[in-house]
Amino acid sequence: MENSQGSVWVLAEQIDCQILGVSFQLIGQARKLADELGTSVESVLLGDHIQEQARLLIAAGADKVYLGNSPQLEFYQPEIYCEMIVNLARERQPAIMLIGSTFMGRELAPLVAARLQTGLTAHCIDLVLDENKILDAKIPAYGGLLSIMCPQKRPQMATVAQGVFPKPELDETRTGEIIPLDVPVDISRRIQTLEVVREATDGVALESAPVVVAGGAGAGDPEGWSKIADLARALNAALGSTRPAVDEGWADLETMIGQSGKVVSPELYIGVGLSGEQQHMVGINNAQVMVAINNDAKSPVFEQVDYGIVDDCREFVPALIKKIKEYQEKKVTC
Amino acid sequence: MLNIIVCVKAVPDPKEACNIKIDPHSKTLMRCDVPLVVNPLDKNAMEAALQLKEQFDVHISVLSMGPPEAGNIVKECLALGADQGFLLCDPAFGGADAYATAFTLAKGIEKIGAYDVIICGMASSDGSTEWVGPEIAAILNIPVVTMVKEIVESDRDRWKVKASLENGYRLMQVKLPAVFTVTRDLNTPRTLSFSGIIKARTKEITRWAISDLGVPAEAVGLKGSPTIVSELSSTESKREAEIIAGTREEKAEFLVQKLADVGVL
Ligand SMILES: Cc1cc2nc3c(=O)[nH]c(=O)nc-3n(C[C@H](O)[C@H](O)[C@H](O)COP(=O)(O)OP(=O)(O)OC[C@H]3O[C@@H](n4cnc5c(N)ncnc54)[C@H](O)[C@@H]3O)c2cc1C
Repeated sequence: MENSQGSVWVLAEQIDCQILGVSFQLIGQARKLADELGTSVESVLLGDHIQEQARLLIAAGADKVYLGNSPQLEFYQPEIYCEMIVNLARERQPAIMLIGSTFMGRELAPLVAARLQTGLTAHCIDLVLDENKILDAKIPAYGGLLSIMCPQKRPQMATVAQGVFPKPELDETRTGEIIPLDVPVDISRRIQTLEVVREATDGVALESAPVVVAGGAGAGDPEGWSKIADLARALNAALGSTRPAVDEGWADLETMIGQSGKVVSPELYIGVGLSGEQQHMVGINNAQVMVAINNDAKSPVFEQVDYGIVDDCREFVPALIKKIKEYQEKKVTC
Repeated sequence: MLNIIVCVKAVPDPKEACNIKIDPHSKTLMRCDVPLVVNPLDKNAMEAALQLKEQFDVHISVLSMGPPEAGNIVKECLALGADQGFLLCDPAFGGADAYATAFTLAKGIEKIGAYDVIICGMASSDGSTEWVGPEIAAILNIPVVTMVKEIVESDRDRWKVKASLENGYRLMQVKLPAVFTVTRDLNTPRTLSFSGIIKARTKEITRWAISDLGVPAEAVGLKGSPTIVSELSSTESKREAEIIAGTREEKAEFLVQKLADVGVL
């Protein structure tokens, strides 16, 4: 091995030949960790017609990209993807392996980790090195932050959601190596992705929305929830949720904000009928202005926002929508 | 006959307001007694197995690793309609991370012996890693589909299932034996019936300790866990709310003005 210290890996992901934002964000963070460790950043990218895209990973900070480019790799195929990554990792012995908490990442990461018999930390909100240069993966828990470490086994693996780390500047002049990977031939075919269907989404995408309205258990029932959804619509905002709202079936899992959901960085966040539990609040990163509406003046949510409204959301939200509409009409007429 | 193993976890009731927190001053855990219940998503896993049992010749085993009290949740699954219950229970299993948990459950599954389908909830409400199902599959060297939201075909030894993806789904074809982790979109779990509770009285729970699984102590529990929890720190908020006073009208008025100032109206 060139380095005494194994390199920092990012398992990149593409959908329709576009590398996902989270993969670039992880390259950015991997670069920081690798510089501190004195090692290189390497990335694995699997797909079809993605040679051009591989260059972007180098521009973002990778030194090497292992590129699997074949029609067989167009969609995520669990057995082939896992086999290729495990074989390469056994050969190259990376110190750290980072993966986006996407649907693919959340299945592939544990498959790879178990095959390599190593530890995997879920949905981290920060990645740093401790004084022994061991990866310290932070997750929110018990109202504080837990450090999860994998002191003995390698690689040290972690998944991270889109939006936790900033996107690095792309530097087209950076140089690096692209190493083609062969697709193994004698792979078992017990499982196959037959089809991938993407549905058009209504409303605004959470991750990139300038305004996010999030609703929680305080909505009370589907009717209370629909008022929060109306507020989001009136503000042309994306609608987010907390876990109880998902559990109740008011909101889709894909709208959940927080540790095990999405990370958002809007200009304005409005939390309605939610208590400000840390596992939700870590999903709001760098919001400029935060507002909470809660009927309990002592709710911890008020310690985490800029403006608080103490009121019953089921009554206040319709009143707010009315005022918003009045304002918008006034703006149009003058 | 189709042999299904449903893996269930006993978790502190997520509906109980009292959570385990760290004291911001002493930085120690403030625990309180929260009853153990079946992890919510494992109820969807149980329901999937029960619906298959209504259509085909199916034998359902329920498997859990946990403290002695977790026997109650295994019992609950028997009352729902499972045929056999297994609890992996030994102090040596304590402190397991996702990998050590998956390893121990996989050993339990091997000891049960006959399995075509293993169903797990997508995640537990207390740990939420989502790793146990796929890691069981990797350890047993069988395929897995995570986050299944619809079982499209289940009449042959090749199943077709739809699994969640960003804004859509993937259609997967899988040869059994296989592991499936399920989402709450898959079904609506049934509730306990009185007759089920009566029938479950005669069903026994098999309890296995580490010696029954024939694995070394280093491979399970805290010792078998590649990850360690090393430090608990408290976080401090950088914001403090200005509470807006007045009548409902006035508060709404003020907030609209603030929204306008931010430039979002
Ligand atoms: C490992 C793990 C991961 C998790 N990941 C996530 C995650 O990613 N995202 C997430 O959201 N949660 C997550 N959770 C759950 C999280 O800990 C909290 O349980 C959850 O965020 C609480 O949601 P809530 O604020 O809607 O509900 P609650 O905590 O029940 O709060 C409801 C609030 O509504 C207020 N209220 C009630 N009625 C009204 C009314 N009429 N008008 C106004 N206000 C009202 C109440 O005062 C209360 O403050 C996770 C938990 C664990 C253990």
